[in-house]
Amino acid sequence: MSEQVDARGLSCPQPVLMTMEKLKTLNQGELVVLVDTDTSRENVSRAAASLGWQVKEVQPDGDEYRITLQKG
Amino acid sequence: MSSIKEFFASRLGIISVGLFIGVFASLLQYWGNPGNMGICVACFERDIAGAVGLHRAAVVQYLRPEILGFVLGALISAYAFKEFRPRAGSAPIVRFILGMIAMIGALVFLGCPWRAVLRLAGGDGNAIFGLLGLAAGIGIGALFFKAGYNLGRNQKEYPSVGWLFPLVILGLLGLRLIYPQIPGQDKDGILFYSLKGPGAMHAALIISLGVGLAVGVVAQRSRFCTMGAFRDLYLFRQIHLLSGLIALLVAAFVTNLILNQFHPGFMGQPVAHTMELWNFMGMVVAGLAFALAGGCPGRQLFMAGEGDGDAGVFVLGMIIGAGVAHNFGLASSPKGVGPHGIAAVIICMIVLLFIGFTMRQ
Repeated sequence: MSEQVDARGLSCPQPVLMTMEKLKTLNQGELVVLVDTDTSRENVSRAAASLGWQVKEVQPDGDEYRITLQKG
Repeated sequence: MSSIKEFFASRLGIISVGLFIGVFASLLQYWGNPGNMGICVACFERDIAGAVGLHRAAVVQYLRPEILGFVLGALISAYAFKEFRPRAGSAPIVRFILGMIAMIGALVFLGCPWRAVLRLAGGDGNAIFGLLGLAAGIGIGALFFKAGYNLGRNQKEYPSVGWLFPLVILGLLGLRLIYPQIPGQDKDGILFYSLKGPGAMHAALIISLGVGLAVGVVAQRSRFCTMGAFRDLYLFRQIHLLSGLIALLVAAFVTNLILNQFHPGFMGQPVAHTMELWNFMGMVVAGLAFALAGGCPGRQLFMAGEGDGDAGVFVLGMIIGAGVAHNFGLASSPKGVGPHGIAAVIICMIVLLFIGFTMRQ
């Protein structure tokens, strides 16, 4: 079971802040981020890439997205 | 559609949007909008407040079609790209107060972040103090975010919740069409108009609305935000949004040069005063309020068009704030700060610190 950040319902910059905080503590592995706007999806993906993480998968789920980030 | 989506999310996309807004803001001045005010979200919402009689400052009454276009353009874009997300319920009263305070701060400086950049692009040196204040205010906001400041989650809502604000905007457009300005008269039906001053200076309805709609579409796509430009730099060392803002500055500057609209100096600049400290402090207040609310005044309009009811509440707060600012003598004029402008800045700052310190996890 990979670690998970639930940023649904939160607006900028909260989803990115939460994701980056988690990515820094994990250092490597896999993280699932739940968001519910396209803006958050783009911002989280961009922030993860800036820390050297890859966006492995973006799974739409109704109005929401399940973003899987991976490193190492 | 997905390649268009990717383009607008890219660095080139946000820079293109900044260039587009810069060129057309400058052109709007050429076509009739006030000096260094091709687009000013705060000034234009203040003019709308005057047009519907929420304040009676005779020189700033005009139902600015650009603002209506921003919301409706974002609405069209959100539907076209399947991004309309009706949502609301994240501390609406706080967002309303933040909107009021943002407007009061912006009117002490005489412009929102968009206009601060346009003023600089037109050669107004006083804008430097406003932009420094903006950067400082957003910097304080970034510190609050680092310390856990958070307005909480919103909720998914019925589509009609997301539609209410755009419907209000459509209603205003209806009023503007039913009651156009009668030459030489300051009122038509229920709408007030200015006979002189900035409120009397405007491009033709169809031009203002057309540019507004186009900006609404491209800004919704690209998430263009003048506050996020600084915030993301402080919090994440990201220059994505900042590159869009710089593109706006460069494009407006070059267009102003071509149109002979660049007049460098401090004295006698259009709709501006020369009190450095209060130009700075007004924008500290506005910048912090925008940061705590999660978006510059333009971005709040675009989010309201995407169905974000909380952003709509922020905009309503700004419009009511404009009424308060002019009725209570808080707004500046080219002569300097209003009679109670300094007191307003101090009180607004205290309220912002109260919000920033107490609303955290």
